[in-house]
Amino acid sequence: MECQECHERPATLHFTQVINGEKKENHVCEVCAKEKGYLSYPDEAYSFHHLLTDLINFNASKLDSVENKTLKQQSQELTCTHCGMTFSQFKQIGKFGCASCYETFSSRLDPIFRRAHAGNTKHNGKVPKRTGIDLQTRKQIESYKKELQHLIETEAFEDAAIIRDKIKELESNPRKSEAGDKS
Amino acid sequence: MSLEHFIDEAISPWMRDDGPESDIVLSSRIRLARNVADVSFPLIASEEKLEAIHDFFQEKYEHQSFRNHEDFEFISIRDLTAVEKHVLVEKHLISPHLVKYSDESAALISQNEQISVMINEEDHIRIQLYYPGLQLERALEDAFAFDDWLEERVDYAFDETRGYLTCCPTNVGTGLRASVMMHLPALTITKQINRIIPAINQLGFVVRGIYGEGSEAVGNIFQVSNQITLGKSEEDIVSDLGSIVNQLIGHERNARSILMKQSELTLEDRIYRSYGVLEYSRIINATEASRCISNVRLGIDLGIIKHTSRNILNELMVLIQPGFLQHFAKKNLTANERDVLRASLIRERLELEK
Ligand SMILES: [Zn+2]
Ligand SMILES: [Zn+2]
Repeated sequence: MECQECHERPATLHFTQVINGEKKENHVCEVCAKEKGYLSYPDEAYSFHHLLTDLINFNASKLDSVENKTLKQQSQELTCTHCGMTFSQFKQIGKFGCASCYETFSSRLDPIFRRAHAGNTKHNGKVPKRTGIDLQTRKQIESYKKELQHLIETEAFEDAAIIRDKIKELESNPRKSEAGDKS
Repeated sequence: MSLEHFIDEAISPWMRDDGPESDIVLSSRIRLARNVADVSFPLIASEEKLEAIHDFFQEKYEHQSFRNHEDFEFISIRDLTAVEKHVLVEKHLISPHLVKYSDESAALISQNEQISVMINEEDHIRIQLYYPGLQLERALEDAFAFDDWLEERVDYAFDETRGYLTCCPTNVGTGLRASVMMHLPALTITKQINRIIPAINQLGFVVRGIYGEGSEAVGNIFQVSNQITLGKSEEDIVSDLGSIVNQLIGHERNARSILMKQSELTLEDRIYRSYGVLEYSRIINATEASRCISNVRLGIDLGIIKHTSRNILNELMVLIQPGFLQHFAKKNLTANERDVLRASLIRERLELEK
């Protein structure tokens, strides 16, 4: 097989690229591979970044072609209140500005994650040990509060008092961390 | 700050131990990306916020120990000379990114150099943990425990649905990049590697050459790592990577035995020529040196070259890098000067083995 770039030398490198969601088979010689920078990833973040901006741009152009103006306008106005990053900036650089960006851009992220992570959009792994417990506690408190509300409405005050104590106990045990800005 | 031994030794202490499959697998690495809650990512965070994180890690973790990873050295990257930065990158203790954006960046490195935590890299925290040979599960267990230990004092940016929140969407979820460094000379000689790489890519894993800037994997050393970080558990990622690596080991062993059967003399010739070049050359560039080192290491693994330790591959691959050479010379060197020094260091190192 001859090299697809120079059509002179035999192709010795064979690999698949994903461009705009399309798989492309590549067959090049070593000289052209070097020139084109294929298979040279000195910095993994860099190459993933390029792959990613491709994915995101693909997504955006598809949206443009769908004549859904409301959605388009919404996307232009999406701005993270914590760090000030807009969705179009995110599209351009392929990086989030802060953790809140995930929340802000939430409605637009599933297609991007699906493409980058083989169809996945939800985390299925480790949970922080300490704050993970806080997370469970918070859920528990929420469910107690609902129960409390119901008990008060039905005037079951004795049971309500028990639940209220349980909530107090959970809330009186806040775990504080030393790092992180809480302002 | 005593970072001399990180810089002076080409080989990290943990590399001196042989791990499982260490004739083919040089090392296993677990990397976890984490961010501090409520602080913007280093990409756009204010200097003050990043400086606060930098100082926090220095205050809380400098000279602390975790398990057998003792006495963390805290290194502010801005305090390093260009050559020192270069050497730490060549030893894979820090990333080029950490050096490039070095105003508030830092590294916490344990004395055994098995753990290196990069501070204010692309994410606030990047934990890297190395084990010799193929030991992904063990490395993951250790990294998880270390992660919990850090988390005792740090609130992580975490979301129930998306997992650990990272600057780059390709790291979100587990924040895990598990990778294995492999020496695959026979698959390269037989060109089978060109068919294997795309097949592995299709499985959501990446194979790439490390060292060097061209298309060729310098020294026939490849890194295999996961690409998907979201939706799969860390254990599954690591076990899938492990099975891919085991298949690669099988293919490499197979290719080695076929080479031995079909063209033993050619192979022996190739190995001894390389040995000769390393032993006698007076000027050698990094590419030629890497190729010869790889051949010699193959010769050691096949029992063709005796009385030379396997470690020589890991060690020489770092020793021949520009940063390390200049550190050794204690001055900047032109490319030609480096080629001369490289040849003489290799000769000396081989002499030591006799
Ligand atoms: Zn070509
Ligand atoms: Zn933001």
